[in-house]
Amino acid sequence: MSEASSGTHPVLIEQDVVLARQLVRRLAQECGMRLIDLTKLVTAVSELARNTVVYGGGGYMDWAVVEKDLRPGVRLTFRDEGPGIPDLKLAMTDGWTSGGGLGLGLTGAKRLVDEFELETAPGEGTRVTITRWS
Amino acid sequence: MATLQAKTIQALQDNRTDLLNEWTHSLEATGATRNLKGDDVKQQTGEFLNLLADALHNSGSQNINHENWAQTRLFLEKLSHSRALIGQDSQQTASFIFALKGPVFALLQREYASDGAHLAEQLWEVSELLDGLGMHTIRTFQKSREAVIKRQQEELLELSTPVVKLWDGVLALPMIGTLDSQRTQVVMESLLQRIVDTGSEIAIIDITGVPTVDTLVAQHLLKTVTAIRLMGADCIISGVRPQIAQTIVHLGLDLQGVVTKANLADALALALKRLGVNVSKAV
Repeated sequence: MSEASSGTHPVLIEQDVVLARQLVRRLAQECGMRLIDLTKLVTAVSELARNTVVYGGGGYMDWAVVEKDLRPGVRLTFRDEGPGIPDLKLAMTDGWTSGGGLGLGLTGAKRLVDEFELETAPGEGTRVTITRWS
Repeated sequence: MATLQAKTIQALQDNRTDLLNEWTHSLEATGATRNLKGDDVKQQTGEFLNLLADALHNSGSQNINHENWAQTRLFLEKLSHSRALIGQDSQQTASFIFALKGPVFALLQREYASDGAHLAEQLWEVSELLDGLGMHTIRTFQKSREAVIKRQQEELLELSTPVVKLWDGVLALPMIGTLDSQRTQVVMESLLQRIVDTGSEIAIIDITGVPTVDTLVAQHLLKTVTAIRLMGADCIISGVRPQIAQTIVHLGLDLQGVVTKANLADALALALKRLGVNVSKAV
C-alpha cells in the first residue's frame, strides 16, 4: 500500500463537517470512484466528522489517497482528544446513542466503508480510521 | 512621548506630489490596486494625503482616536467598506496604508540625513502612526466582511425554503444543499404553516438537491414527517436516488412507514391518485 498524497483537515465546529465532506468528495472523484461508492464514503465522513465535533469536542481528519494492487482508495483518520468511549461494545450497537441522535452513525459508517478501525480509551480520546477502495 | 516635529510635517506637505507618485508606484508593485480603477486610486491617495496633512497640522497629538483624526478615520472606514464590497482581501486593503511607509521613510531619510538621533525618533513616530491607521483599516474591513457574510447567510436561509403549491391540496418542498439544523428548523416551520394556511392534505419533500443523506438529515426528515402526520396531512419524500437509497440501507436507517419515490413526478402522480384526480391525455 502506497500513499500518493495526504494532508490534515481541522474538524472543530459544525461547519467543518461540511468542508470535510466536500474535501473527501473531491478526493474520491480524483480517484475515479463510482458515484455510489463516493456517496457511501462521503456519508461515512459526515457521520464520523460530526461525532468528532459533537462527542469528541473537535479534532482533526487526516486524509490520504492510497493505492493497493493498482486500486486507488481514500483513507481517513478522525482523531479527537475528547472523553473517549467507555463501552465500545455498547457504542457499536445499532440504535444506542449517548446523545440525541438515532444511534446509527458509528455502526452505519462501519457498514459504508471497506476497512474500519477504532481505537479509544476513556479520557484519552478516540481515533477512527476508515478506508474505501474505488 | 516624542511627537512628530514641525520639520517632518512640513516635509510631508512640501513633497506631496513626489510622495503621491511613489506611493502609487509601490501600490501597483504590491498588486493592491488590481481590480481597481486608476482614477479611483489616484483620488483616494490624494484625499488621504490631504486628510493626513490636515490632521497632523491641526493636532499636536498622533493619537488617531483623537477627534482631530475623525475625518481620516471616517475616510478609511469608507475605503475599507468599499474594498470589502468589491471582494478585495484584507491584505490588499491594508497595503493601501502600508505601501505609504516606504516613500515616507525615504523622504525622512533625505530630510534628516545629517541628524541620526532625530531620524530614528521621527521614523519610529511615523511608523507608529501609519501602523495605527493600517490597523484601523483592517479592523473596519473585517467588520464589513462579517456584515456581508451575515447578510448572505440570512439570504440563504430565506432562499432555501420555497414551499410551492403543485395542485389543490398538494404542497412541495424542494430541499437544496446541506440540511444543518438551523435551516431544517426554518424549513419545517414554513412547511407546517403552509399546510395550515392552504389546508393541504399532501406534502411532498423533494431531496434531489441534497447531496448527502446521513443520520442527522434522516432524523430531521423523520421528525418533519411525524409532525406533518400529527397535523392530519400525509407526506411523501421524493428524489431518493439509487446511491442515496443504498447508503440509507447500509446506514441501517428505518424509513418504513414513510412513503418514498425516486422522483418528484412519481410523487405528484401518487398524490393526485390519492386525491382521486385522474390525469389523462386529451384525445
